[in-house]
Formats: sequence, C-alpha cells, structure tokens
Amino acid sequence: MLALNYRGPYRVRASQKPDPVIEHPNDAIVQVLRSCICGSDLHLYHGLVPDTRVGTTFGHEFVGTVVDIGDSVQNLQRGDRVLVPFNVFCGSCYFCQRELYGNCHNTNPQATAVGGIYGYSHTAGGFDGGQAQFVRVPFADVGPTKIPDDLLLEDALMLTDAFPTGYQAAEMGGIREGDTVVVFGAGPVGIFAAKSAWLLGAGRVIVVDHLEYRLDFVRNFAQCETIDFKSVDDMAIHIKKMTDWLGADVCIDCVGCEAAGSALQRLTGVKLKMQAGSATVLHWAINSVRKGGTVSIVGVYGPTFNAVPIGNAVNKGLTLRMNQASVKRHLPRLMEHIRAGHIEPHKVITHRMPLEEVSDAYHLFSSKLDGCIKPVLIPPGVTV
Amino acid sequence: MDTPTKFAHIKGWGSDLDHANRPAYPKERTPPRLDPPVHWKEPEMQPRHVEVLRSTERPAMTPVFGSGQPPRGLSGGMRRFAFGYSENDLRHWLLLLLADRIDVGEGLVEDLASGHVPRIYSEMGGRAELQHNPVGAAKKALAVVAVLGTAYLLARRRSPRR
Ligand SMILES: [Zn+2]
Ligand SMILES: [Zn+2]
Repeated sequence: MLALNYRGPYRVRASQKPDPVIEHPNDAIVQVLRSCICGSDLHLYHGLVPDTRVGTTFGHEFVGTVVDIGDSVQNLQRGDRVLVPFNVFCGSCYFCQRELYGNCHNTNPQATAVGGIYGYSHTAGGFDGGQAQFVRVPFADVGPTKIPDDLLLEDALMLTDAFPTGYQAAEMGGIREGDTVVVFGAGPVGIFAAKSAWLLGAGRVIVVDHLEYRLDFVRNFAQCETIDFKSVDDMAIHIKKMTDWLGADVCIDCVGCEAAGSALQRLTGVKLKMQAGSATVLHWAINSVRKGGTVSIVGVYGPTFNAVPIGNAVNKGLTLRMNQASVKRHLPRLMEHIRAGHIEPHKVITHRMPLEEVSDAYHLFSSKLDGCIKPVLIPPGVTV
Repeated sequence: MDTPTKFAHIKGWGSDLDHANRPAYPKERTPPRLDPPVHWKEPEMQPRHVEVLRSTERPAMTPVFGSGQPPRGLSGGMRRFAFGYSENDLRHWLLLLLADRIDVGEGLVEDLASGHVPRIYSEMGGRAELQHNPVGAAKKALAVVAVLGTAYLLARRRSPRR
C-alpha cells in the first residue's frame, strides 16, 4: 500500500509499505477514505516529539471502510463506514471505565503519561497512522464508530479529533452564561473551541493569532472578536483593558509547544531545546485570566519540562484543566449539534490533496502557505 | 441579561448551557456509556513478534501495542538504554531525542544501501514552496549559493599555492 514515510525533521514522502494485518483478535483493518494532517502532526514533523522513528506512518484523523476483522470483533462488519477516534483505547481499563478514553492504560506500553494514539510516535504506542491506504485499528469493538447515513463523510472526519478537541477545550473551561472566553490559536482546534464556547453559553469570545487569513477565517466561522498578537505589546495588559481590568473568565490554549510570540521562549524552547518547546501561550493564558478563573489546555506539550508561571496560577487561585480529548465521549452530542445545523465542521477544510503529494501538503501546512487551515489527504483509488 | 435575543445570530447559542447535560460532566463518569459494553473482562494479549520497549513505570506489557519500526542499529541501542530510565527521569527523554537524530542518519544509509537516492528537496515539499512561496524559495536558494560560494572562496584562499 501507499503510506506516509517519515524520514526525519521536515522530511516525509509517500512510499510503498506492506499492508497492515490483524495482530489481535479484536483488530480491524480499515481502508482509508480521507485522512487529515493535524497541527499536532507538525510537532512530529518538526522532530520535537521523542521516539519518533524513521519509517513511521503519521495520521491520527481518518475515516474509512472496514475491510477485515479479527475473530472476536462483534460490533463491526466488513463494508461498514467508520470514523476512528484518534485515541487507541480498550473500553475496559481503570481509566476507560471512567470515560477517560484519552488516558487508556492498555494500549501504550512505552509510556504511562499518554495513551495510545494512531501515528503519533512510539511515545504514544508506536501505532502506524492513517495517512495511508490501510490502517490497523485495535479494539475495533470500542473505538471505531459507524458513520450514520445522514452525516457527511468530511463532517465525520472532523469528529475524529479537531471538533471534539475544540469542544472539550471549551467544556473544560467550565463556561457559565455570559463568560468572556479567550481562545489562543486560530487553527482548526481553536476555531472549534471558539464556536463551542458559544454553544456552552459564553457572552464574549475572543480569538488570538497572528496570521491575518486565520483571523479572518475564525471571525467568519465563529462570529468572534479577534486579536492579532503582533499588534499587541503585552497580552495580559491588552486583555485586561478589554475586560474592565479584571481579566477573562476562561482562557483556552489551542496552540501548544511551538507557539510564536516570544523570542526568548522560541530560543530556549524551539531552537535550543532547553525546555519542551515554547510555553508562550501558557504564560499568556495564566496571566490574562481573571483571579479565580479557569485555564484550559489542549495544545500539545512534550513530556519533558516547560517554564510555566505556576506561582501566578497559585496566587490567582486558578483552576487548570487539561487533557487529550476523550473523543468517543463527545460524539453523540456533537453529532446532534451537526444535525441541528449549529455547526458545519467540514467547512474548516481548505485543501484536499492526493496522498501522493503528502510532502507538499506537510510543507504547505507547516509553512502556513496558500491560506491553509485544514489539509485533507485522499488515498489513490478513492472515489467518494 | 436578555441573552437569547442578544445571541440570536449565533446558531445553537447556549444549547449546552446546563453543565449537567454536558458530555464530559462529571469529569470522571462511571460506568462508561459504551453501547454495547465490552464483551471481555481482560483483553486478550497481542502476540509479540518484534521487540517492543516498555516503560519502567508499568509492571507488564499492555494487551495491545503498535508493532512498527522496532528498535534497530545504534539508535535502537540508545532507545533500549533510554528505557532503562523511568519517564520521571529527564535522561529517558533526552536520550530518545538524541536517538531520533541518529535514526535520521541511519535512515539515509538504509535508503542508499537499498539503491534509493532520496529526493530530499521534494521530500521537504520543495514543489509547494516554489508554487506558493517563490520569493521565499528564491531567497533560500540565494542563501545556499552564498554560503557555498563563500566556503569555496575561503577554501581556495587557504589552499597552498604552488
Ligand atoms: Zn489531530
Ligand atoms: Zn482503556
């Protein structure tokens, strides 16, 4: 089959690899119809995630058709069209029993702090991902979710990660009626977080980024206010000015460890690797939220350490919430929102490219060229 | 606050206002609403055919794991060594990052040994760069030429004249 092949930082190609096989009685093999490149794939692409091995296939956001199932699979059949949450999870461990599917303890032998994730390095379990023609899907009775007939394939694709992660980011903010919510990052997750903040009853939604095309996009998609951080001297002062000098009720980090905006953070984090990437947005969020407010983090941070202003968080009495999204937990409600016409998730897709052109797709997305918000890859031979 | 009217232009505003109706409320929900529930007590163990490293912070193998790209060569040895330290130990992560860099070199050797000369410029998305950022591509090309040219001149100046 054709699949992405990671060769090193900033270098990927599409090449021929052996087809995946059933390795466990509850596995399924899924033929990919669409897969996305995600902002968090860029941390792998840039070589920032430990144990990203040469030869790996990336891709944790994909939808497809079941083409083979193991002996113990009961809930799926060949031919079923499924969306596959980015978490690999068992449904029965201590954490899955508490609906913390993003924290499953049964799928990643190589780390305990993170669960299994498709195509997200050996630190996240060493599973090959969906930027390929076929993918091995473990615990096929639990993870994959049949795509209802009335749901668009590309809306289902956004339900594998970007929309649930954005929704959970807003949900973890504990938003109350009329709250002022600041979302850092106008990528797909930030866009969905901003939109979700309204669903949860926010009174004001402000999105921060520095790329004009992304700010334009989020203003249209999520009817929010925006801040271009390049035009702001000091983020905390700016947000306090906007909020009667109190600060925002909720700040949401949808950026993670490669944040722009501070030369010092970029130097120590991204260039010198003295910390696990730049923690600029964590500083902005903790310092811009009001006392007693909530900071919600879904941006990806590596497993080593970051310089974080924890003292300010303590003194301000903040609530910090953070996690990888437990996608499966959100799916029923989010499908209702799509059906009710509250949101059209596929509209964040800006680029559809053949899997063969994956090198260009990564470069386009990584370098923020051609107005790229969300690129989708289509494997060869797929006609839908 | 006359909120519903104020936000009439935002589709779905406040439809998840009630915290108790939010999908992630409470933070830890038990039992899980899996439909149908899982049909095993303990998942079966996946047979192991390749070397899979294991965190020292867990007592045994997980029932399911990824089996791609087993550790190999020098980078593999370093990864094995790194897994002697716990996730709580910074050396674990730094050694893994270093092994990743070495793995890149091993990947190049592997490519060449199998008779495949990697098209590095195109693997880095050179075509997209030319198409959507021609000025940037030209600047980078100029910078490369300048560096190579300077290096050449310096090398020539230093070479002994006979
Ligand atoms: Zn993603
Ligand atoms: Zn589990």
